[in-house]
Amino acid sequence: MAKTIIEKIWEQHIVFEEPGKPDLLYIDLHLLHEVTSPQAFEGLRLNGRKVRRPDLCFATMDHNVPTRNRSVIKDPISRKQIKTLQENCDEFGVPLAGINHPDQGIVHVIGPELGLTQPGKTIVCGDSHTSTHGAFGALAFGIGTSEVEHVLSTQTLWQSKPKTMEIRIDGELGFGVSAKDIILAIISTYGVDMGTGHIIEYTGEAIRNLSMEERMTICNMSIEAGARAGLVSPDETTVEYLRGRRNVPEGEAFEREAKRWLALATDEGASYDVSHTIHADDISPFVTWGTNPSMGSGIAERVPTAADYDKQEDRDALRQALAYMQLEEGAPLSSIAIQHVFIGSCTNARLSDLRAAGEIVKGRTVHPAVTAIVVPGSETVKRAAEAEGLDAVFLQAGFEWRETGCSMCLAMNEDAVPAGERCASTSNRNFEGRQGAGSMTHLVSPVMAAAAAIEGHLTDVRNYMKEPVPQA
Amino acid sequence: MKPINEISSVLTPLDRKNVDTDQIISKEFLKRIERTGFGKYLFYHWRFHPDGTPNEEFVLNDPRFQQSEILVAQENFGCGSSREHAPWAILDYGFRVVIAPSYADIFYNNCVKNGILPIRLQEAEVTALLEKGKQAPYRLDVDLRQQTVTAEDGASYSFDIDPYWKEMLLNGWDEISLTIQYDSYIQAYEEKMQQAQ
Repeated sequence: MAKTIIEKIWEQHIVFEEPGKPDLLYIDLHLLHEVTSPQAFEGLRLNGRKVRRPDLCFATMDHNVPTRNRSVIKDPISRKQIKTLQENCDEFGVPLAGINHPDQGIVHVIGPELGLTQPGKTIVCGDSHTSTHGAFGALAFGIGTSEVEHVLSTQTLWQSKPKTMEIRIDGELGFGVSAKDIILAIISTYGVDMGTGHIIEYTGEAIRNLSMEERMTICNMSIEAGARAGLVSPDETTVEYLRGRRNVPEGEAFEREAKRWLALATDEGASYDVSHTIHADDISPFVTWGTNPSMGSGIAERVPTAADYDKQEDRDALRQALAYMQLEEGAPLSSIAIQHVFIGSCTNARLSDLRAAGEIVKGRTVHPAVTAIVVPGSETVKRAAEAEGLDAVFLQAGFEWRETGCSMCLAMNEDAVPAGERCASTSNRNFEGRQGAGSMTHLVSPVMAAAAAIEGHLTDVRNYMKEPVPQA
Repeated sequence: MKPINEISSVLTPLDRKNVDTDQIISKEFLKRIERTGFGKYLFYHWRFHPDGTPNEEFVLNDPRFQQSEILVAQENFGCGSSREHAPWAILDYGFRVVIAPSYADIFYNNCVKNGILPIRLQEAEVTALLEKGKQAPYRLDVDLRQQTVTAEDGASYSFDIDPYWKEMLLNGWDEISLTIQYDSYIQAYEEKMQQAQ
C-alpha cells in the first residue's frame, strides 16, 4: 500500500502499541537548551534516574545568551540558568556546545549544520520550533519539560498517531518572493489552527525547487499553523546538503544511507487526511499587521477593516489586534513606519538569509530613525558570513553585527524592542509583547527586513531588486 | 502529580481566541529553574499595567472570580511556544480545569502531564458558558470519571478525553514510572536497531 513519509517514519519507531493507548515511540535525537531543561534534570535527580542515551542527546545555550559581550551576563537569574545547563550536562554526560564553543548557536540552526539532523529520524526538543528539522524528512516536534524528562529517562514518548495533511505549492515562485512569504501566505490563508492534530507534508514544484535552508524556514513555522510537525520528503537536495557533514557516515556507508533516505519519500498515490493547494504565483512579499502570524497580507495591500469579516469574533479579534498594534483599519501596509529591524532567529538567520539581505543592504544606508541588528544563527554561520565579508556590508550600512543566539525573537536576553516601538523582524511570532513588553512586531522575510531598514517603513523589496531578464 | 476527578467552582470567563503561551507566561519569567511559583506571573501583562498596578478591567482581577478553579476561553487556547511554564503558572495560580473549543497540541499534552484537565466542548457550548459567566458568577461541577460538566442552572455537557490521559489524571500517575515497566520493549527495539546497522 502506498504510504506517506509520515506513516513510514512513525511505523519504524513504534516500540510498543496496544489498542486504546497512544503508541510508544523511540526518539533518535534529543536536542536540549537552557530554558526548558533544568526542571527535567532536577526531576531525574529527585528520582535517582539516569539519562538513558546521552549519546542521542545534544545541548546548547541559545535563548538566554547575550549577543553583545559574551563574557558579561548581567542578569543573575540568566547566569544561573546557563550555569545550570553546564552542570547538568557534566553530571549526566550530555554533549554540550556551551556559550564559548565554536559550534554554539540556535539549536535549530546547529542540528542540521552538524549533520545531527537526518532524514527518517524522530527528533524532539523542548522548543516548539523543532519542526524546523522536518525539512530533512525527519519527524521533528516540540515537547514540554515533562516530556523532556521522559525522553531523557526512557528515550521514548507516548504519542497518539496524528492525522496527515498535504500542503502543495504548485508552480514557480515570483520575482522577489521568499520561502518566508510562502509560509506566511499559507498561515494567513488557512489560519493559526489549521494544522492542529496534524503533521504537514509540504509538496509540489515550488517546494522541490527550494534549497534546504529555505525548506527549513517553511517547516520552522509549521507550529504557527498549529501543526505538530511539518516536513518535506528527502530528495537529491537533501542528500547533497548532508554529504560531508560531521556526524554523517562517509564513502560507501553514506551512499547506502542516502539510498535509504530517498526511499522514505512519500509513495506515488499515497493519500492524506487533508490536502490543500496554493499556487506559487499568487504569493507576493508578505508582512503581518496583527498579533498572530495569520494576520498578514501582501505588502501592496492595506490593513483589513471590520467589514472584511463575517463573524463577530473575528471583528473582535481585529479590533483587539489593531488596538495593540496602534494601527488604523484600511491603512496601507507600506505606510507603516518602523524603528527597529531584526535579522535573526531559527526561522531566518542562516547564511543564505544573510546573503539575501546583504544584497539589498550593499552600498545603502540604514534610515536614521532605525536601529537595525543582525544576529547570525550560529557561530558557524557567523564565521562563514565574515569570511565572505558580509559583516562589513552590514556594518558599513549602519547595522550592528552581533554574536549568535535567539536574541530579539523572544527578547529573553537584553535584546528587546522598547514599549510603543515597532520592529520589522525575520522571526516567527508577532504575539503581544513578544519582542519586549509593549513592542509591536511585523513579520517579514530577510530581504523585506533589509528594505524596511533602509526606508524606515515597511516597503516592497521588489523595488530594490533587478528583475531577471527572461531567457529567449 | 495531584489526581483530579471532581471540581466544583465558578468559572473565570476569558473571552478571547488564540490565547498564546507568551500571554499566559511572559518570557521574562522563564529564567527560573524551578517548577513552582509561576502563579503570580500568570497573564502578567494583561493583569498588570506597566507600572505594576492591577488592571481592573482584566477578568483575573475581578473579585468575583478570586476562588475560581475553572478557566474558560475561546478556540486554540495555548498556541505558540512549548514552554511548560504556561501550565505551571495556570496550576500555581489555582486553576485545575480549562474549558475551550480547542487547544494547541503541545499545550494540551503539557496540561495532562501536570494534573490540569483540559476539556474540549463545542464552540456554541463554550460561547454559552462565557456569556453566562460574564453576567454573574456561574458555578460548574466538573466530573472527569463521568466526563461531564454540569452548571448550576442544570445545563449539562459531556466531553471526550483519550482513555489513557483520563487514567493518568484520575490517578495522578507519574508517566515515567509507567514507561519504565516497558523497558524490555525499549531494549528489544534498541537491539533490533543496532543489528540493522
